[in-house]
Amino acid sequence: MDHLISGPSGPEHTQRPVQRTQEPLPLFSPVGPGAPLQLRDEFENELTTLNLGPTHPATHGIFQNILQMDGERIISGVPTIGYIHRAFEKIAEHRPFYQITPLTDRMNYCSSPINNMGWHMTVEKLLGITVPKRAEYIRVIAMELARICDHLICNSILGVDTGAFTGFLYVFQEREKVYEIFEEICGSRLTTNMGRVGGMERDLNDTAIDKLRTWLKEFPVVMREFETMFNRNRIFMDRTEGVGPISADRALNYGFTGPNLRAAGVDYDCRVMNPYSSYQDFEFDVPVGTTGDTYDRFMVRQEEIWQSLRIIGQALENLPVGPYHADAPHYYLPPKQAVYRNMEALIYHFKIIMGEIEAPVGEVYHSVEGGNGELGFYLISDGGRTPYRLHFRRPCFIYYQAYPEMVVGSSLSDAIVTLSSLNVIAGELDA
Amino acid sequence: MTNESLLATLRHHFGEATFTDVEEPQGLLTVTIERGRLLEVMRFLKEGGPSFTFLTTMCGIHYPNHLNRELGMIYHLHNLPKNIRVRIKTFFPILDPVVPTLTTLWGAANWMEREAYDFYGIVFTGHPNLIRILNVEDMTYFPMRKEYPLEDQTREDKTDSFFGR
Repeated sequence: MDHLISGPSGPEHTQRPVQRTQEPLPLFSPVGPGAPLQLRDEFENELTTLNLGPTHPATHGIFQNILQMDGERIISGVPTIGYIHRAFEKIAEHRPFYQITPLTDRMNYCSSPINNMGWHMTVEKLLGITVPKRAEYIRVIAMELARICDHLICNSILGVDTGAFTGFLYVFQEREKVYEIFEEICGSRLTTNMGRVGGMERDLNDTAIDKLRTWLKEFPVVMREFETMFNRNRIFMDRTEGVGPISADRALNYGFTGPNLRAAGVDYDCRVMNPYSSYQDFEFDVPVGTTGDTYDRFMVRQEEIWQSLRIIGQALENLPVGPYHADAPHYYLPPKQAVYRNMEALIYHFKIIMGEIEAPVGEVYHSVEGGNGELGFYLISDGGRTPYRLHFRRPCFIYYQAYPEMVVGSSLSDAIVTLSSLNVIAGELDA
Repeated sequence: MTNESLLATLRHHFGEATFTDVEEPQGLLTVTIERGRLLEVMRFLKEGGPSFTFLTTMCGIHYPNHLNRELGMIYHLHNLPKNIRVRIKTFFPILDPVVPTLTTLWGAANWMEREAYDFYGIVFTGHPNLIRILNVEDMTYFPMRKEYPLEDQTREDKTDSFFGR
């Protein structure tokens, strides 16, 4: 057990110089962001090293924070990451393009469809394929459903971390229904591997549309209940307001994107800034916060759920008729029936499955608005069958480094709430 | 601001010869510079006229066949209000993989540079804490370099004489 909570530590472990005062010492040191760092008492000046993680239930994933504590107050924090690093960038250099989609599933596994579509769009950009409108609308529906799931997980678990378990149970029933819709669209639930380069692998079927329509009626009721439970809840607000704040300036400096940046008041949204997959056809608002604290992050995500519902509603009402994939036989698998009867289809099937399709030379950066922010794919192709270099811009990895700055000076329970509201997903953090 | 005007501004400020291999793949201005001028160009892009205040991402790259320019760093900057991106590349020899750090300009560069060090062994001078980030600390090689094989080469159960594993 001694590696979980180690014993007293001297000043050599301190990350930040601690100011010693000779003034009459208060019984308890002040707590809160910006509180002066001072030790309490001559004989209570022992700092504690606390290992928050790697398998702490409150981190919701495998990563570690080595915190220096003065009593309940955090003096410094050092995050250690990489516990589930799977070398996706290296593996991707050895795989044909369509086999990289399952790797993207496992980055932000709370919203896999967004990762999948982002990757398909990157490859389509490289190959110069135009995707038909119907496929783009189906993609938008899948991506917005995934965003709702992602935000629901983050917000409901924030509730759990502040001691309110009920909301979590309510919304997870609804998340389950979204996964059933994913199952109708692509056959799987969590790691979806949805869509193909060039469009969708199959059309949106009637069962999926029925389930989606039912869900669009039922979910807002639950969502309103969830909002009633939290949005103006005095206890919840006291636990989250002013906790773990970050200014817009610092957030931009740290490369924040997505809801966490918008909570700080910057209205940067990839869907609006560089519309992809027909996002320009839909009407929706970009909610922003003001202080960038935990409560703002929570509220921005709450509002984004409503906006996503708006987009899904519009996409479903205006779903164009037509093909659900592009006519790109070199990259898009032919239907199975044709493979058995048609020589040409058999050849394409074989070439695609065996990864013998060469991509053109080029480099492309494409970014989509993931659950946590700008999810970028930087692809360099040297004309081979696999990417020469593929770099994932993972929003979690970039903004998580601001965590120590956001929690220094606050108490441990505030640090846990801050971590929860940042929505750090270990798969995306480590790739 | 367009790609042309940005390039003209940069050339006016730093001279014609500073920027080589100017390309626009998919409409994104891409220039290559010498590593000695990296910091001043980046500082100008961020704090000078163009105000590319957002560091989107950076990554290392390895071209084993490019003599004395084997390793490289690729930076993506974004001017959010004007919504224009720029890509800066710099290459250097694998035997001297040293580049100045950008942590003085962006807090976000800290972990990105640690990742590039971890993957490619690129040393960032002036970095406050240049240690491995995703791999274990006692690793003795840099796994994203091209000579490092993905799979254990001594395995025989995966040999496929027809399709060439």
